[in-house]
Amino acid sequence: MSDQSIQAPHTVSRVPRTPAANEEAYLEVSDLQVQFPTADGLVRAVQGLSYSVPLRRTLAIVGESGSGKSVSSMAVMGLHDRRVARIAGSIKVGGREIVNMSDKELEGYRGGDAAMIFQDPQSSLHPYFTIGDQIMESYRAHNNVSKRKAKDRAIDMLGRVGIPNPRRRVDQYPHEFSGGMRQRAMIAMALVNDPKLLIADEPTTALDVTVQAQILDLISDLQRDFGSAVVFITHDLGVVAEIADDILVMYAGTAIEHGPVNKILGEPLHPYAWGLLESIPALTGEPQPLHPIPGSPPSLLAVPTGCPFHPRCEFKDRVGGDLCTTLKPDLIPRTGDLGRTSRCHLKEPDKVFETEVLPRLP
Amino acid sequence: MLLYILKRVLSAISVVIVTLVASFALFFLAPTDPAGVICGPRCTPERLADIEASLDLNEPPINQIGAYMKGIVVGREYSSGGTVRECAAPCLGYSYTLGQPVTKLLGAALPVTISIVLGGAVVYLVVGILTGTIAAQVRGTSLDKLVVGSTLVVQSIPYFVFALLVALYATFLPDSGYHPFTDNPLTWASGLLAAWLCVGLTNAAAYTRYSRASMIEALGQDFVRTASSKGISRRRVVYRHGLRAGLTPVVTIFGIDLAFQLTGAIFTESIFNLPGLGQLTLRAFGQYDLPVLMGGVLIGSVVLVVMNLVVDIAYTFLDPRVRLG
Ligand SMILES: Nc1ncnc2c1ncn2[C@@H]1O[C@H](COP(=O)(O)OP(=O)(O)OP(=O)(O)O)[C@@H](O)[C@H]1O
Ligand code: SF4
Ligand SMILES: [Mg+2]
Repeated sequence: MSDQSIQAPHTVSRVPRTPAANEEAYLEVSDLQVQFPTADGLVRAVQGLSYSVPLRRTLAIVGESGSGKSVSSMAVMGLHDRRVARIAGSIKVGGREIVNMSDKELEGYRGGDAAMIFQDPQSSLHPYFTIGDQIMESYRAHNNVSKRKAKDRAIDMLGRVGIPNPRRRVDQYPHEFSGGMRQRAMIAMALVNDPKLLIADEPTTALDVTVQAQILDLISDLQRDFGSAVVFITHDLGVVAEIADDILVMYAGTAIEHGPVNKILGEPLHPYAWGLLESIPALTGEPQPLHPIPGSPPSLLAVPTGCPFHPRCEFKDRVGGDLCTTLKPDLIPRTGDLGRTSRCHLKEPDKVFETEVLPRLP
Repeated sequence: MLLYILKRVLSAISVVIVTLVASFALFFLAPTDPAGVICGPRCTPERLADIEASLDLNEPPINQIGAYMKGIVVGREYSSGGTVRECAAPCLGYSYTLGQPVTKLLGAALPVTISIVLGGAVVYLVVGILTGTIAAQVRGTSLDKLVVGSTLVVQSIPYFVFALLVALYATFLPDSGYHPFTDNPLTWASGLLAAWLCVGLTNAAAYTRYSRASMIEALGQDFVRTASSKGISRRRVVYRHGLRAGLTPVVTIFGIDLAFQLTGAIFTESIFNLPGLGQLTLRAFGQYDLPVLMGGVLIGSVVLVVMNLVVDIAYTFLDPRVRLG
């Protein structure tokens, strides 16, 4: 397929966004596989996923439900139960390999160098322990300090994430907090050890719109202060535009498009990403009918051969032979722009997008 | 919080009063002939009348229950055949067949039963919760299957059969018998050991299964995943975060279950020859000793209500969300 990656240099004006020297990857995932042996067969939740995130940058991972966003991020956090999940490939965080790390080492890694914020702050905080207790526990797991010091730190963190009256709040239980305040507390807990990598798995989905915006602002502010690498998982392309530097689009457990936010949202190169754009409602003007992507996500027990998207792809006839059904495309630059990659056999996808897809967008 | 406890205490007291009135009605107004039974086969009409008068049997029911309640508060006297028997407050009646005030009989029997029930509870809670928690962690493995299988076997054996087997075959255990705790805690414990093991092991099967199910659910909760993501040890995740949540439903079941444990104590007392409430009331039943029966029912209901109250209050300490209510 290498011939397809060689394109006429019609995009000379664009500066290829190859990571600069100061953007050395902090998180580097290479050819990650996560499989769950089940009674029905092997669930291939993640297959051949690769991406990297430097410090001070935010990568948004988007994709339909079941595309492996959470499963891959849990692998990065070393959170999978080894008796349940088979993990292969490589995950390097700050140069350290996470796959096959010993349990003892993982304990030091989780919550220290890397921390995670979960979707539902209601169920993700322990209902029987105070907020302060839960934050202090994280801090004391990685710092040999007295309870008193840890509590001061918890109060300090609660203040930093914008919780009013933290001295009183620190002794309250999660049920005494509102949804937005709970998520702030979760963020305080995740950041208490100054992690260099923060993974946020749909941190705003369970919150209402105004609170969502506040939490997004908070995460970007904190990222600026802490200088960490952030992986932000979401369904919401509006959120992506606001918060992310780069986007990774996942489908059936693998990346199908990767690149800077403005490029991918402005001119995606993969038919699945086109479908995603068509499926978002226009934010302005009259409500328009949505165009959901036809068909449904593939079963992970029997992922389609060739391009996993082919059963739903309206462009597969444009590709010569039965390439789409027999050969899985590589994730490679598809245009002269080397800073973005996608996984599709279609020739000149940028032209197809401009002439056929762009006019239909809401 | 205080208001909540106060409310619970008040409702507990009213339950006891209702039980008192209901059981009084059932026993003393029943078409039996308590005076005749007390009087025995060689009864003279005068003696019968005397007894009836001393039991207030000729009075209207409302006066009878009034006298009974007054006796509980200030004590009363019973006279029959010229002798006057003192029955100090709280007087729950007088057993003519045993020639003792009911309060005294119950006072001797109650500690026995409570020792059996609570000591057994310690055994089955500790064994059940630990085994259940371990099984939940290794769910699906052969160890887990072995645990679940053995609980099924134990549960399928009727309790009295199990108790008999322990009594007959566990001869290496110290002889059972009741020695007051205040005399010597060691002999108290050794005399009750067989009963405790019997109560404890049979019930541990059920508690293993409750705890296993509860822990499997708890360990699947999002907050347990959050705990793992903090970098604390697996043991701390399971025993602090998981068990804390998994324990609450088990405590609830325990509260309800205590009532049945009290009933079960009747078998245990008979088989291990422990002079508790069960034995006392069983004997009273055989001899139509109504005052003792009545007192047994009453004290049973008080114990039950108090135990449930304790569990309820313990629950508010377990679950902070209840505390505000
Ligand atoms: N323990 C498991 N055993 C079997 N299959 C699993 C297990 N955990 C996850 N999966 C499967 O892996 C697939 C990917 O799930 P994942 O949670 O990563 O999706 P997601 O992209 O995060 O979706 P969502 O947007 O709904 O959160 C799903 O099909 C899920 O059923
Ligand atoms: S490889 Fe073929 S089937 Fe897959 S997205 Fe591209 S055109 Fe469609
Ligand atoms: Mg998810």
